[in-house]
Amino acid sequence: MSSKKPGAVSYLYEVPGPRGRRRILIGSIVSALALAGLVGAALWQFGVNGQLDADRWLPFLDVAIWQYLGVGLLGTLQAAAIVAVLGAALGVLLALGRVSPLRWLSWVCGAYIEIARTIPVLLLIYLMLFGLPQLGINFPVLWKLVIPLTVANSAVFAEIFRAGILSLPRGQSEAAFSLGMRGGQVMRLVVLPQAVRNVTPSLVTQLVSLMKDTSLGYIVAFTELLYRGQVLSSFNHLLIQTYLVVTIIYLVVNGSLSGLASRLQTRPGRRRAAMTLPLPTPGGSSTKKASNV
Amino acid sequence: MEMITENAGLLLDAIGTTLLMVVVAGVGSLILGVLVTVARVSPIPILRRAAFLYVQFFINVPLLALLLLAVFALPDAGLILPLLPTAIIVLTVYESAYVAEAVRSGVNTVAVGQIEASRALGLTLWQTLRLVVIPQSLRAVVQPIGNVMIALAMNTALAAVVGVVELTSRVNKINLVYAQPIEIFTGAGIVYMLIALAIGLAAGRIERKVAILR
Repeated sequence: MSSKKPGAVSYLYEVPGPRGRRRILIGSIVSALALAGLVGAALWQFGVNGQLDADRWLPFLDVAIWQYLGVGLLGTLQAAAIVAVLGAALGVLLALGRVSPLRWLSWVCGAYIEIARTIPVLLLIYLMLFGLPQLGINFPVLWKLVIPLTVANSAVFAEIFRAGILSLPRGQSEAAFSLGMRGGQVMRLVVLPQAVRNVTPSLVTQLVSLMKDTSLGYIVAFTELLYRGQVLSSFNHLLIQTYLVVTIIYLVVNGSLSGLASRLQTRPGRRRAAMTLPLPTPGGSSTKKASNV
Repeated sequence: MEMITENAGLLLDAIGTTLLMVVVAGVGSLILGVLVTVARVSPIPILRRAAFLYVQFFINVPLLALLLLAVFALPDAGLILPLLPTAIIVLTVYESAYVAEAVRSGVNTVAVGQIEASRALGLTLWQTLRLVVIPQSLRAVVQPIGNVMIALAMNTALAAVVGVVELTSRVNKINLVYAQPIEIFTGAGIVYMLIALAIGLAAGRIERKVAILR
């Protein structure tokens, strides 16, 4: 976060001397001007076309609009919550199947994971929208969104959990077996709890990606944020403003989740820290740990 | 079967459009992503901050919202391009944030001795980045970048929503005529899987070739 923290990239350069400081100052001014120019050009373009006029933005001071979009946000959160729970549960089962010693089970789970990860969610949604009704199966609109997303996300969750399971030192399960636990107990009591704790940051990151995926509710006409934004914009004809507001809502909600993920990554829980963090090496070149530059 | 033979030309066109989007946006996002990473590790605070915000923005906003904004809303501000280039540009800037994340994690794997050695040789910061840090980072993150490219290939399907006639959009149209959704969409899914497989195999191959054994 701060450039003073010893670690990942701050060793790219030394503490700058007078000449270096002057160069950094010049670089700062030039890049500030360039960025300001870019923002200025965008604002000018908007302004010339009347997109910055007050009457195009004032409607967004109306509480009713925020209530309208708020219902959409609730729909987004609802869909995301269902997908997260179902996807994570299915993901754990798939991960367990994938690492199972039963060859056929591991193969089936692996095939599912590979297939579900490499088919666009949109295609799955189309299949739900057009394919299943033909077979006489019709779901409520929420599930037309949730089922394809769960199929796709459970595969990603499975890969995350599998990575967590494989990252545990073998000694953990060996010790558990030597205590006389059975396979199921070893998984349930020893391996999984630690694996889940280790991959918590990735899980939160995946939650952000999943929240973004719920915007596909736009296609199935499920009442979520983007869909509400689209309906609103066709009603008030303030396309740019409405979509920008919707974008910013997504940014705020997902940004706080992302912030949580990076906080979890840099400040792992004490129990985990004692267990897995390597001793600090001289020079602080501990790899893998993403630094928040 | 007949629906495939009757629409072979249209389907090939659509697959061509999908591949074009994957290749152009893929190359573009690689270049842009590396540039963003360079800005992110540069000693100029304002560039670091700007690159950080850039990455955070695109990682937290849904691609579909950006596509709708670019295709339907921005023309109101006089910013208008043909449909396909618009979709490719949006895909490029969106995926470049993910490329930047991947490359940055690669920068973190470059051993500190490498950088100390290049400084000791008198390389400037720019030379260090260009000749030592970036090449090694890229070699370390071939697999993650391959995953970003696979995600990009999946995301091109979203362009169908804003009207680009690529594979997903084309099979959807064909389905409206033939009403055999399961066969049609499964077939399209297999094409996407093949694209993902090709990217994955290529990434594995490249990684074996360039990986640095430590």
